[in-house]
Amino acid sequence: MKHTISVLLQNKPGVLSRVTGLFSGRGFNIESLCVAETLEPGVSCLTVVSRGDDAIIEQITKQLHKLIDVIKVTDIAGKEYVEREMVLIRVKAESHTRAEVLRIIDIFRGKVIDVSARSYAVEVTGPASKIQAVIDILRPIGIKEIVRTGTIAMARASKTK
Amino acid sequence: MGKITGAQAIVNCLLEQGVKTIFGYPGGAVIDLYDALMGSEINHVLVRHEQGAVHAADGMARVTGKVGVALLTSGPGATNGVTGIATAYMDSIPLVVLTGQVPRVLIGNDAFQEVDIVGISRPCTKHNYLVNKIEDLVPTLREAFHIAKSGRPGPVLVDLPKDLMSGEMLYPPQRPVSLQSYQPNYNPHPFQVQKACKKMIAAKNPVLYVGGGVISSNASKELTELATKLKIPVTMTLMGLGAYPGDAELSMGMLGMHGTFAANMAVAKCDLLIAVGARFDDRVTGKLDDFAKYAKIIHIDIDPTSISKNVKVHVPIVADCKMALTAINKWLDENSGINFDEEPDRNWPWRETIREWMSKHPLCYKENDSIIKPQYVIEMLHKHTGGEAIITTEVGQNQMWAAQFYKFAHPRHFVTSGGLGTMGFGLPAAIGAQMAFPGKMVIDVAGDGSIQMNIQELATAKQYNCPVKVAILNNGFLGMVRQWQELFYNKRYASTTMNVTPDFVDLAKAYGAVGLRATTKDEVEPVIQEALATDNIVLMDFKIEREEDVYPMVPAGKATTEMLLV
Repeated sequence: MKHTISVLLQNKPGVLSRVTGLFSGRGFNIESLCVAETLEPGVSCLTVVSRGDDAIIEQITKQLHKLIDVIKVTDIAGKEYVEREMVLIRVKAESHTRAEVLRIIDIFRGKVIDVSARSYAVEVTGPASKIQAVIDILRPIGIKEIVRTGTIAMARASKTK
Repeated sequence: MGKITGAQAIVNCLLEQGVKTIFGYPGGAVIDLYDALMGSEINHVLVRHEQGAVHAADGMARVTGKVGVALLTSGPGATNGVTGIATAYMDSIPLVVLTGQVPRVLIGNDAFQEVDIVGISRPCTKHNYLVNKIEDLVPTLREAFHIAKSGRPGPVLVDLPKDLMSGEMLYPPQRPVSLQSYQPNYNPHPFQVQKACKKMIAAKNPVLYVGGGVISSNASKELTELATKLKIPVTMTLMGLGAYPGDAELSMGMLGMHGTFAANMAVAKCDLLIAVGARFDDRVTGKLDDFAKYAKIIHIDIDPTSISKNVKVHVPIVADCKMALTAINKWLDENSGINFDEEPDRNWPWRETIREWMSKHPLCYKENDSIIKPQYVIEMLHKHTGGEAIITTEVGQNQMWAAQFYKFAHPRHFVTSGGLGTMGFGLPAAIGAQMAFPGKMVIDVAGDGSIQMNIQELATAKQYNCPVKVAILNNGFLGMVRQWQELFYNKRYASTTMNVTPDFVDLAKAYGAVGLRATTKDEVEPVIQEALATDNIVLMDFKIEREEDVYPMVPAGKATTEMLLV
C-alpha cells in the first residue's frame, strides 16, 4: 500500500544522504521524495512516498525516527490529508493540435508557461492521480519532456473545533 | 583562559569526558593531535593496524561499559577502521572514533589520503560528523560522547580536518548536551509493565530470552531477581551470556543455531516468551514461522525499531532494560498480592520438563583419550580460571565452543563479535580488556585462521606489557565453514584448508611472547597451568581434532527444533 510520510529534520550537511541511505540500505522503496525548508530556520520538511505492507511502513517510520537529525515522523496515510504534486510538461502543439492542448490544460486547470512554434510547456498541479490523468491524456498528442516534483502533503485541520 | 590549538582543545575535551586510554595510529592528518597528546594525561596505545585500534577500544568499552575511543588518520587509516566500527555498531557498543581529514580547502579534491569517511561510515555508525568550524569542535565531541553512550549505545565517528586542529580557539565552557531531535526514552510505560506482569503471573510455561541489552544496561541483578521470583527458566543469546549465571539452576544456556537442546525446545514450546534486550536475530530464531509459535511475546528493548521487526510482539515495552525490570519487580512485589517465596511449585511441570530436556541432551561431545577435543580445552580453561576470566573470542567454531562450554558467571566477561562476526576481533579486544583490568586474567579463544587476521597486535601487547593469553584451537581448517561444507556441501572443502600456518610457538617467540603447544589430551592441563602462571603474553597452540563439529546445530533456515545433535 502507498504511504506518504512527512519527516521534519535538521537541515544539516549530509542529512538527505542519511535518509536515502536508510531506504537503500534496508531495501525500502522510494516512489518520490521532496524536501525544502520550513518556517523554522534550520529545519526542513521531507515528504517521501513509499510502498509496503504495515510492517514495512512501521519499520520505515521507526528507522527514520532513529536518525539523530530527524525531529518528527508522521505517516499521513490513515489521516485526512491533502496532497499535491506539480508537473511541467512540454507537449507537441502543431497547428492542428494547439487548440486541443489548450482545452485539455484548461480542463485540468493548468497553465501554459512557455510557448514555441511547435510546442507548449504547461504546468499542472494536483494529487498524483490527477497528474497521471493529464499525462495519459496528453501522451497521444506527443509529450516531448516531463518533469515532476514528487508529492508534498499536509494533514487536514480539524473541521469542528 | 587564553587561546589554545584545536588539537589541544580535543585533548582537553577527552579529559573532560573522563577518557583515560585511547587506541590509535598516527598519520599526517592527525599529527597535530598526536603532538598535543604527547605529555598529556591520556594514555595513548599505539596499535599495529587501525582495525586493531577500534577493536581494542571496543573490548575496553565492553568490559567497562564506558565509551571506548580510537584515533585514526585520514584515508586508509579511517577505512581500515571501518570493520571495527561496523563490529561495534552491530553489537551496540559505545565508541567515539576520531579520524583525521585533509584540510578543509582540499576536501573534495581527491587530495592525498583523502576519503569521504563520513559517507563510508554512515550506515555503520549511530551517528557521524565532519566538523566544519573550529568553534564546533568541542560541542561536536561532547555530542558524540553523549550519543555514543545514551539510548541504544553505538559508535560515533568524528572527522577532523587538519587545519581545524592546527587552528586556534577559546575552549568553550562545559554545558549539558541537549539535542532537540534525539531524546531516548528510558522509562517503561506503567500500563505496559502491568500488562506484562499479569501475563508473567498467568503463564504456565514461560521463558526469559535475554540479550546483550541486559549487559549494556547493567541489569543482571534485576534480571536475576525476576527469574528467581517467578522461577522462570532463562536462556541467553550469544551477546547475553553472563547476564545470568550460566551454572544457575534456571539457566538453560544459549539458544539459537548452536544453542542447547533444552533452550531451543523451551522457546519452541513456551506459552510466554519474555525477550529482554534481545533483537530476534536470524541466528536465534531460525525459521521465523516456527519460532515460539505457541507463545505470547513480551519484548523489552530501548530501541523501538527492534520491536516487531522480525517477530510480532504482543506486549512491547520501549525502555531501558534495567528500569523496565526494576519496574516489573516492583509491581510484582507491591501489586500482585502473591508471596513468591511460598510458591515452590510455580511453573513446576514446565521446569521439570526442561530439566528432562537438559539431562536427555546436555551439551556434550565424544571424548577421546589422546586426541585433544576443543570443548575439553574450554572446560579446562574454565576449571583453571575458576570461571572468573574475561574471555574474548575470534569468530567461528572457537567462538561457539567458548560460548557453550565456559559457563559465564558474570556480565562483561564474554567479549565476542556477535552481530558482524568479525574474525580478528579477539586479540585486540583482549588487549583493550586487559588494559581496563590489569589484574584480571584475559584469554582470547582463537582458531588458527582467525588469529592470523590481527596477529600483528601481539606487538602492541608486548609494547605495553599486556599479558593476554591466547588459546588457539588449531585444526588447520577454517573450521566453521568446513563444518557447513561437511554437512551441506558433500564434504567439498573448498578453500577452507589452511595448508600453511606459522609455527605458533616460534611466532610467539618472535614477538617476545611465550609459546606453548599441546598435541595430546594429557598436555592440555599442564599447558594451561603454565600459561596462567606466566606473567607474559602466552600463545597456546592446541592441536585439536581436525574435523570436530559444533553441536547442537540448527541448519540455516530450519526451525530451531530441528537440531543436529552429537
